[in-house]
Amino acid sequence: MARMKFLCDADRCIECNACVTACKNEHEVPWGINRRRVVTLNDGKPGERSISMACMHCTDAPCAAVCPVNCFYTTADAVVLHSKDLCIGCGYCFYACPFGAPQYPRVGNFGSRGKMDKCTFCAGGPEADGSKEEYAKYGANRLAEGKLPLCAEMCSTKSLLAGDGEIIAQIYKERVVKRGYGSGAWGWKTAYRESIAS
Amino acid sequence: MRTRLAHIRFIIGALALAFVVAVAAPAGAQDRNPDGSVNPTASAVNEEQLLNALRGGAVSGRVTIPDQKAATLIQPEGQVWRDFHEVTLRWIGLIAIIGMLILLVGFYMWRGMVMIQSGRSGRVIVRFNGFERFIHWMTATCFIILAITGLNITFGRPLFASAFGSEAFTTWSQWAKYAHNYLSFPFTIGVVVIFLMWIAGNIPNRTDVEWVKQGGGMVDPSKHPPAYRFNAGQKMMYWIVVLGGTAMAITGYIMMFPFYVTDMAGMQFSQIVHGVVGVLFVAAMLAHIYIGSIGMEGAFEAMGTGTVDENWAKEHHPLWLEEQKKGPAAGGARPMATPAE
Ligand code: HEM
Ligand code: SF4
Ligand code: SF4
Repeated sequence: MARMKFLCDADRCIECNACVTACKNEHEVPWGINRRRVVTLNDGKPGERSISMACMHCTDAPCAAVCPVNCFYTTADAVVLHSKDLCIGCGYCFYACPFGAPQYPRVGNFGSRGKMDKCTFCAGGPEADGSKEEYAKYGANRLAEGKLPLCAEMCSTKSLLAGDGEIIAQIYKERVVKRGYGSGAWGWKTAYRESIAS
Repeated sequence: MRTRLAHIRFIIGALALAFVVAVAAPAGAQDRNPDGSVNPTASAVNEEQLLNALRGGAVSGRVTIPDQKAATLIQPEGQVWRDFHEVTLRWIGLIAIIGMLILLVGFYMWRGMVMIQSGRSGRVIVRFNGFERFIHWMTATCFIILAITGLNITFGRPLFASAFGSEAFTTWSQWAKYAHNYLSFPFTIGVVVIFLMWIAGNIPNRTDVEWVKQGGGMVDPSKHPPAYRFNAGQKMMYWIVVLGGTAMAITGYIMMFPFYVTDMAGMQFSQIVHGVVGVLFVAAMLAHIYIGSIGMEGAFEAMGTGTVDENWAKEHHPLWLEEQKKGPAAGGARPMATPAE
């Protein structure tokens, strides 16, 4: 079984936001919820870099550890998913998540923020693969169809890579060797406790 | 005004530009590899370097969406908060609550119920009027439900989630959360009213020093330390409720209206304060419940029927009893302690 990961090659990302748009459209993500976003560091200064970030599907995921109702589960592909039927909208996963991935449909309607929503690695949720219910709650289940996350597929510069961790790490390493530089696999140290030597 | 502002802005801009140029110039010289080719990454940021430079602080940038929280790329503090929530808070809670229970059971076995030594006189005196008792029990009921539903967030999952099954545990937790959120309002009102209605008798004074010196009379039952309407122990309870209740309300409402008034660090800090004060509060209230029920003969009726036996008052609140006997005409009685109901 693969160990699914995301990798954003910051030296290629041009902040075009195609990944964000692809995600929004594929899953009919409502206004105000941002499963994926592009963050620009050192904006306008030397060394500016943009990084596309969503849920990293962490090893020993912090969100799953703090959830008071245990609504997270990890698939055989190591994708971190959750059940909206179980979520009570407490907001704790957002306090623990290193990447700000969990999103809430409401800001604070007397303590009810609605069901948490986050990137599913295009792998849906606990409902039957490809069912209407699954689509309504979590969006498309591309993984079940043998496809990879649409954000990475649509990336105009192939900066954003999604897939088996070892394969995408290999692609990244080859790039670094070939072009002679790389600013590192962003978030890997935090999410997977490893970094790709560059 | 406008022109002066524009002028200032121009100067600041010029200074900033000069600064950027000054900083960037030496960096520019290093933007080449040893073989002379351009190294575009020489001045780029690298996750590990940045995290080290920030010493565990958040890595932030700029985003083009309205939700500015999304501009934080990585917040390592989340790991610290996770550790607090999973480990530290649970230990503090376990030690405080189980420790207090052990202490109380031990104390009960050692001292038993503190009796009215001279027996009941059969004459009663009003201690708390109907309004005071209503506020007390409203706040107490809310507190107990808030405590149970709050502790469910801290300890519920490891204790019950697998036993009840996820579905049932979520249904319960959802209702518990609604109860916790809505009952916070009467609880907060209760704390405010308690603060106002009992403040007069709860200002620490010299009598308290004597009371504490004599160990509150709990250690040596033959002695009866001096006390007005509230003794030093009760005053302590009063301030725990007022200050603890205020801390719980402030941090609780911050959590209930997330990110309205503070940022991520503020939210995490609020939760930490709410959790720690919450479990300590529960431990303190266990002691309060003990002394108001099985710990002391004649104490419960003060909040039950509102009256206490005169001999109880003589032993536990002698100065208050004197005041009451003198009556308001002598200027002794406190306003809330008028015997008429
Ligand atoms: C006074 C008003 C109060 C408000 C507005 C309030 C609000 C909250 C909120 C919003 C949470 C976060 C979890 C959730 O969303 O369900 C929470 C958790 C909690 N509350 Fe309160 N609360 C209040 C009073 C109390 C009191 C009096 C106690 C206990 C005696 C208490 C104990 C707790 C505990 C133990 C937690 C869980 C902490 C954790 O494990 O993270 N709360 N409260
Ligand atoms: S990135 Fe956040 S939401 Fe995703 S697995 Fe990690 S902690 Fe959970
Ligand atoms: S918001 Fe939902 S998923 Fe997140 S910790 Fe709370 S109950 Fe769990």
